[in-house]
Amino acid sequence: MAMIEMKNVSKWYGSFQVLTNCTTQVDKGEVVVVCGPSGSGKSTLIKCVNALEPFQQGDVIVNRVSISDPKTDLPKLRSQVGMVFQHFELFPHMTVTANLTLAQIKVLGRPKEEATEKGLKLLERVGLMEHAHKYPGELSGGEQQRVAIARALAMDPIAMLFDEPTSALDPEMIKEVLDVMVELAQEGMTMMVVTHEMDFARKVAHRVIFMDKGEIVEDAKKDDFFGKPRSERAVQFLSKILHH
Amino acid sequence: MFAGFDFDVIQRSLPFLFKEGMVFTVTLTLMAMTGGIVFGTLLAMMRLASLPVVPLVAGTYVNLMRSVPLVLVIFWFYFLVPWIGGWVIGATEPIRVGAFWSCAITFTIFEAAYYCEIMRAGIQAVPRGQVSAGYALGLNYWQMMGHVVLPQAFRNMAPVLLTQTIILFQDTSLVYVLSLTDFLGAAAKVANRDGRLVEMYLFVAVVYFIISFFLSYQVKGLQARIAVPGKI
Repeated sequence: MAMIEMKNVSKWYGSFQVLTNCTTQVDKGEVVVVCGPSGSGKSTLIKCVNALEPFQQGDVIVNRVSISDPKTDLPKLRSQVGMVFQHFELFPHMTVTANLTLAQIKVLGRPKEEATEKGLKLLERVGLMEHAHKYPGELSGGEQQRVAIARALAMDPIAMLFDEPTSALDPEMIKEVLDVMVELAQEGMTMMVVTHEMDFARKVAHRVIFMDKGEIVEDAKKDDFFGKPRSERAVQFLSKILHH
Repeated sequence: MFAGFDFDVIQRSLPFLFKEGMVFTVTLTLMAMTGGIVFGTLLAMMRLASLPVVPLVAGTYVNLMRSVPLVLVIFWFYFLVPWIGGWVIGATEPIRVGAFWSCAITFTIFEAAYYCEIMRAGIQAVPRGQVSAGYALGLNYWQMMGHVVLPQAFRNMAPVLLTQTIILFQDTSLVYVLSLTDFLGAAAKVANRDGRLVEMYLFVAVVYFIISFFLSYQVKGLQARIAVPGKI
């Protein structure tokens, strides 16, 4: 069953086209990695899935709900799709616990105790229980990103979007974040991940989407993509990033 | 050189100066500050809204208020609003607003234009990613603004907001033109009655200086006190 379906999505900034007829889908329980050179539209594509980026043509359907339908309750749809950002985007003026519970309380209407319990359970899962009362600014980048993942999971999402979750991290912190993501993938979470971490893709991805200049150039099973990429551009891209 | 002066007049008029005058000034300042910040924040949100017309309306209002001298607004408001209000509700007589409320409203709507620009800068200084993160969690616009953006904007801008309030505190002395008994007005009344202009105006200046200086000194400490832990 398709959890996320993108149909001919096109987007322009003024006259500059950033996405051209992007069509793909992510099935339930599937992990799809989106890669490509910078400026290829990967982040824009993934932000179209939860309507953080508006698009002019085409449609995205999340769990059978069309996001371009004006009747769709966008906040509700977004609350079902977790998102993790390149720069973490924890709320700096709130403690870790408050970050974890805000949307549970305000959006899902959970009582405070229940939200706190849920939040702390997830915090424990990402191994940061002792930081519950700290502020995000007191944590390292890797820790902040793990809190951000826990914050998204606290909403019981049906799918998770990752927008370059390790790109802003120091090398020694990348692993701790990837470990959490690998675990999620192995538990069967539906995931769409924009990343340059090809080891992650090799390990847990089912499919790899390669983008260039706003187009989906390749959309293939993992083994096909790494084994015999069909497009010239994908071959070039892989040769550039794989030997380090 | 002060032999010809009578500084005793100050001491004799202290209760009147502070209990009437300063209470009025402080009340007006606090009311206009509260109203101005609330209204100004709404204006700032309007100016930054991605809606048609709304930003234009707010922008025109702000630019208009900032291009007119405050004294003029006080005058216009005091003399015109009773008539306009009467006309709006269809009364034959101008409605009674009263000098104090007239002033409170005037300062609120005037200062709102300045607070708006401060808050606009504060809101714009909050990274776009914070807005995205708020929306991505399912918050709606008001929840996102109320819990994510505005608390950070207020923190960033608290020193500037307080500085603007110090200016407001000094500006309230302009109600003098409506013969109201604010701190300056009270002193002026005593000064004219007793013919002690130099003494009274000197005293008023010193009091305004001390309060404003003390407040602006506080501004420096404020930022450190409200800073978010771990943030540079």
